[in-house]
Amino acid sequence: MVTEVLQLIIYGVIYGSIVALGAVGVSLTFGVLRFANFAHGDLMTFGAYMVLAAYVGFALPMWLSVIVALAMTASLAVLIDQTLFRRFRRANPMILLISSFGVGLMVRSLVQIIWGGSTQVYDPGIQFPYQFWGLRIRPDHLIILGGTLVLVVVLHLFLQKTRMGKAMRAMADNPDLARISGINTDRVIIWTWIMGASLAAAAGYFLALDSRLQPDMGWFILLPVFAAAILGGIGKPYGAIAGGFIIGITEELSTLILSPAYKPAVAFALMVAILIFRPTGIFKGAR
Amino acid sequence: MELTGLIAYVIFFLSLAGVYALLALGLNVQWGYTGMLNIGIAAFFAVGAYTSAILTSPPTAVPGGFGLPIPVGLISAMLVAGVLALFIGLITLNLRTDYLAIASIGIAEIVRLFLKNEEWLTNGVRGMSGIPKPFSGLVPGADALLFLGVVVALVLLVYWANQRAYGSPWGRVLRAIREKEVAASAMGKYTLLFRLQAFVYGSCIMGLAGAVYAHFVGFISPEAFDPLFATFLVWVMLIAGGSGNNRGAILGAVAIWTVWSLTEFLTTRIATEHFSLSQLAAMRVFMIGLLLQVILLLRPQGILPEVPPKPIRDADK
Amino acid sequence: MSVLRMDSVYGGYGGADILCGVSLEIGPGEIIAVIGPNGAGKSTAMKAVFGLAKVRQGSIHFMDKNITGLAADRVVQQGISYVPQVDNVFPSLSVEENLDMGAFLRKDDFSAQKRKIYELFPPLAERRTQSAGTLSGGQRQMVAMGRALMLDPKLLLLDEPTAGLSPRYMDQIFAIVRDINSLGISIMMVEQNARQALGLAHRGYVLATGANRFSDTGANLLANEEVARMFLGG
Repeated sequence: MVTEVLQLIIYGVIYGSIVALGAVGVSLTFGVLRFANFAHGDLMTFGAYMVLAAYVGFALPMWLSVIVALAMTASLAVLIDQTLFRRFRRANPMILLISSFGVGLMVRSLVQIIWGGSTQVYDPGIQFPYQFWGLRIRPDHLIILGGTLVLVVVLHLFLQKTRMGKAMRAMADNPDLARISGINTDRVIIWTWIMGASLAAAAGYFLALDSRLQPDMGWFILLPVFAAAILGGIGKPYGAIAGGFIIGITEELSTLILSPAYKPAVAFALMVAILIFRPTGIFKGAR
Repeated sequence: MELTGLIAYVIFFLSLAGVYALLALGLNVQWGYTGMLNIGIAAFFAVGAYTSAILTSPPTAVPGGFGLPIPVGLISAMLVAGVLALFIGLITLNLRTDYLAIASIGIAEIVRLFLKNEEWLTNGVRGMSGIPKPFSGLVPGADALLFLGVVVALVLLVYWANQRAYGSPWGRVLRAIREKEVAASAMGKYTLLFRLQAFVYGSCIMGLAGAVYAHFVGFISPEAFDPLFATFLVWVMLIAGGSGNNRGAILGAVAIWTVWSLTEFLTTRIATEHFSLSQLAAMRVFMIGLLLQVILLLRPQGILPEVPPKPIRDADK
Repeated sequence: MSVLRMDSVYGGYGGADILCGVSLEIGPGEIIAVIGPNGAGKSTAMKAVFGLAKVRQGSIHFMDKNITGLAADRVVQQGISYVPQVDNVFPSLSVEENLDMGAFLRKDDFSAQKRKIYELFPPLAERRTQSAGTLSGGQRQMVAMGRALMLDPKLLLLDEPTAGLSPRYMDQIFAIVRDINSLGISIMMVEQNARQALGLAHRGYVLATGANRFSDTGANLLANEEVARMFLGG
């Protein structure tokens, strides 16, 4: 029993890493741009397939493929922002949300047009898990955990130490004051997309490592990602990371008593609970 | 195509357009009137369809088999969809409307999982067949036309109700909430009640559309309620037709359903040997997604923009 | 040459005009107090300078350059800084980071400027790493003013800097305004505490219903019976 619970917690941390990276992106764009980006899951999908294109299509080494995918996904996000979202910003912010819902579908169908609808993997074959104290973990899982750790540290340094990262936090705090302080808000927005989309691409790659590639993968993880962002207090990137791990671990542990088919419902239930009892998120902070 | 075939196709086409018109009219009360973002239309649509299917299918059917009359199915569909809306509305309607959007995809996802996994009630992924079709065999050859008549009557009925609501004091309050959410929130709980009513009413109409759909096709499975068909197309329809305008909602439903059907025509013309069916389907979705962006950019008010009734205070200007 | 000159400015926020012919002038090294009853258009006049309210008619010149209708992010580049009345700090950022944000436009080393500001506001120096949202009202006002000074502006716009502060902090803020001015920075200050503001200012403008009512030296306005009766509460 203890081993079983520990094993589920390990899976929860792995899945939670993926959700957390996705939720950080949602939180960053929400903080700076004040809208819930419904295309975020599909940016994750796009990133995962970009890795496939570079790794299988161009036979690049995996580490380079991931970097290429991050850059391509960031470029796509900036392109979408500059051609579409930028024009909707002055209108009703809800129009942004609807537009992003449509953009998500477009990205998803683009992936399906190029790569088809069937599931794919980066490397065929079965990985043999490492075993220790009766617990199992696949080499891919170690990549996910290590990669997440590196990205979270990079994100932290970016937000705390760089001029642009501080400006991003400033704009999330008070966009009007940012503008009148002379902060170049257009550039902050572009950097927000670059960071958010890069993390989404990494999350998509990890998601594909954990299971496999499929055009719907990002759409299906959008609910836990939003739930994690809300849990952490939407607009707060650090909260989103914690929210991701809470969602991941709770979802996995829920399989002890619930059918695994209902894992996303557990994320939803947590989200509903937080919306009822503490809409600003589990961490202190007013908005 | 021979004439009878063409007529049969037109009747089929218009019936489905009518189902979408109902969905768009429901969304119009939520988004057009009140500014509430429901991204989970599929949930209310599916719940309505399954409710009516389970209640009305003949006793031989497993699951379901209550054999109740179809009108009972339609009304129950509205009630169950309404209760679901009440639940989600109570949680999110006093928060920013983004939260409603997020919670609504959550509900849609859970409904989808429920329909797929609770085989005892919904027959899971295999879906439910043998849902009774009204008028079948009543007048040989004319049952489809009669059904279309019912669909049109329901659309007109909902249109009439929506129009009445729009001009009423109730509708004015909804618009006030939409335009100046901050100022209206001074009324606090009162505002919440109005939003809740609008959300539940709109969702009931979506439930009704689901029931009509179930009795029209006679077979439903979770696949029919994926977010593309059941949510996204409805949004494109309402925005294209004109948010806030009931005629616009109906026009948008017919127009976008036509465009959507034409895209099928278009994609089958593309060299099919190069593309799989799923790729061709994705091309259609891409085109509709692009169409939405173009509309939002070039004509966000839609083909028929909202025409608010003259405010009372204009009289003394 | 005047630092700032508003010539019969009309405008507001898109609806009916709030400003109906406001003219004022600020000379080099001057402190100007703008006073008047609620709804007189004091804050709007200040926002018009900073590009946050629309100017429908009339002109605004800064250092003889026409800045009428320039957007706020361009105005700040000209050498004008603005401290709003409320929401004037980044609450989750530390004091130090708030100051850094004020210097976002600067490409040079601004550590000397930051030192100067910590000298001006000693309480802030002790709280560099504390987040601004946890500070008291008076300390927040200091952070806001410090942030606005990071670009070393020629003109500082202060929108009711003492609103809602305790008398002790009020005096402190007025003293700091004088200190800032002694660095050679011109100041335009909208104030509810009219007596103190006029006592501090070189000159004052009394606005009513969006237009100039009186303008004179601070001392003369304080001595003016009509001003005293109508605007200083007897």
